[in-house]
Amino acid sequence: MELFIQQIINGISIGSIYALIALGYTMVYGIIKLINFAHGDILMIGAYVGLYCVLLFKLPLIPSIIIAMILCALLGVVTEKVAYRPLRNAPRIAVLITAIGVSFLLEYIMVYFFKANSRTYPTDFFSFGSANIAGITIPIDKMVVAGITIALMILVQIIIKKTKLGKSIRAVSSDRDAAQLMGISVDRAISFTFIIGSALAGVAGVMYGAMFTINPLMGIQPGIKAFVAAVFGGIGSIPGAILGGLLLGIIETLVSAYFSSSIKDAVAFAILIIILVVRPSGLLGKNVKEKV
Amino acid sequence: MKAKKLITLLLVAVFVLVAFAGCAGSSSYKEPEKIVIGCNYELSGAVAQYGQMTMAGIQLAVDEINAAGGINGKQVQLVKVDNKSDNNESKTVATRLATQDKVLAILGPATSGATKATITVSDQYKVPVITCSGTADDVTVSNGKVNAYVFRTCFNDSFQGNVMANFVYNDLKLKKAVVLSDNSNDYSMGLAATFKTVFTKAGGTIAAEENFTAGDKDFSAILTKIKAKDYDVIYLPSYYEEAGLIIKQARAMGINVPICGGDGFDDSKLNEIAGDKNLNNVFFSGHYSSQDTTKVVVDFNKMYKEKTGETPNAFNALGYDLAKFVLQGVKTAGKYTSDDVAKALMNVKDFQGVTGTFTLDANHNPVKSAVVIEFKNGVQKFRARVNP
Repeated sequence: MELFIQQIINGISIGSIYALIALGYTMVYGIIKLINFAHGDILMIGAYVGLYCVLLFKLPLIPSIIIAMILCALLGVVTEKVAYRPLRNAPRIAVLITAIGVSFLLEYIMVYFFKANSRTYPTDFFSFGSANIAGITIPIDKMVVAGITIALMILVQIIIKKTKLGKSIRAVSSDRDAAQLMGISVDRAISFTFIIGSALAGVAGVMYGAMFTINPLMGIQPGIKAFVAAVFGGIGSIPGAILGGLLLGIIETLVSAYFSSSIKDAVAFAILIIILVVRPSGLLGKNVKEKV
Repeated sequence: MKAKKLITLLLVAVFVLVAFAGCAGSSSYKEPEKIVIGCNYELSGAVAQYGQMTMAGIQLAVDEINAAGGINGKQVQLVKVDNKSDNNESKTVATRLATQDKVLAILGPATSGATKATITVSDQYKVPVITCSGTADDVTVSNGKVNAYVFRTCFNDSFQGNVMANFVYNDLKLKKAVVLSDNSNDYSMGLAATFKTVFTKAGGTIAAEENFTAGDKDFSAILTKIKAKDYDVIYLPSYYEEAGLIIKQARAMGINVPICGGDGFDDSKLNEIAGDKNLNNVFFSGHYSSQDTTKVVVDFNKMYKEKTGETPNAFNALGYDLAKFVLQGVKTAGKYTSDDVAKALMNVKDFQGVTGTFTLDANHNPVKSAVVIEFKNGVQKFRARVNP
């Protein structure tokens, strides 16, 4: 039983990183129906920003995360303005291809300037030892990851539900033309969505990088996993992304723990397919009829 | 038009003549004035470090031999070519060495892949290819057949598993092992398989076996799982990236048992990823350690330092041994042809090198000792020399 609880904690820890990234996917999809394939690379940029905050300025965790959030948010807005906004009325496939292009662009610019080698954060940057609660050893770094994620999710929920900007995002998501007629600035709402999503990816990048190793292509794998998590929970739904991310992390961990780590991805994706067959709009997705 | 035809004819005539001349040359054997040895190394590109370090060792050995009067009174000349760390290029330059430079033997390349690319060249021109760091089992034996002209002077991958199993059982006196291997990597699977066979045969038990895949980063699920098992040592044959992360995560979880691996640990990146404070009670098998206290090693270190001002590393030592071993073969071959040199290599008995004393076995692999290196606070310390 202790072992099981420990494995669940392992799952929540990696799952909360997926959830942070998945939020960005789902919000962007919700507002402009774009699968932003460059999102994983924003995470990578965040990881590098964090690394240089530590190496050059010896900053501790929280300031590094904040700087990574700011720079990633900027990058998110710039990519939206430069690459996606001019294509707003183009066919959806054109924007999708552009997103893939932005992804490669970011990856190989980083390969050119920072080399393809793996880098690591200093080992003492993100190690907090472990606590013993009721006979269960809990690594504190995992709790920190989960804690930061939960705090950020509550913040996002408040922004979306309680603020004027949040309201405008929701309005544009549900009907762009009607929102525009009501005097809501569509451009601002979309920019703001990119700011939130990219800042979250920046946080995830610093934590992911500090726990593991970083390189310019590191964003691909967590990016795809998070995209799956977003679809799993119901793309476009914020609580869905959180649920999807956590579930994906837990499923992966339990499969590695009780079967074999070689088939963890196979099992996770098989479950995804089954869920999508039963509920095509994902766990918490709304079943919206296509407008004719 | 006519001129063109004439030129073509002339060219053909020249080619035919050259071809005949070539035949004449090989049928009536003439003793060469110099001993020409080819070096096909990674002097630039991704693994240039390996090639350059090996080359430095070879050069030192050849300088030493030439200063002492050469081989049977003949000076040794090295023809160095750069394969740019590219397998195709390796084949091209090996062909050049065999056909244009007519070398007696080709030393290198450093990596298994680049060496395998030259197997066909060695067969076609009957010129021996000898690597001193290509450890993959199928360099010398492919599809169950020994490659007639390919040899190596380092132990192969499956031998490393053997060394570690004996070291863990006899030296560390630990009997219950967990084996963690990368199932997307032949090197890792090969080492793990030999370790399991030898360790259980010696009387040890395998408490658990887990696999991961190259590129995995979060190992907490498998580590949590094995933590609950009854075991006293972890065998982790893997490259430094995954090994570094596993060591770091295991130590953070409070898994403090010895962790053992192969020569993939021998890279400063391991220190960077795992962190020096986590690199305690970590062992790996390697080819050579400059801290070895055997007399040949101490003498070699002293000589190397005098000549170059640096402490030799494993590649320097392997290159040095390679050149000496091959030239020993040339010395006793009788005739100075590449075919005879290849045959002579198998007759060099008990060659005393810096990286161990060895004779090649029927599979063209040396039977030689390995060293075990221990990490203490991230610093490599020579621990033991293990004989096969």
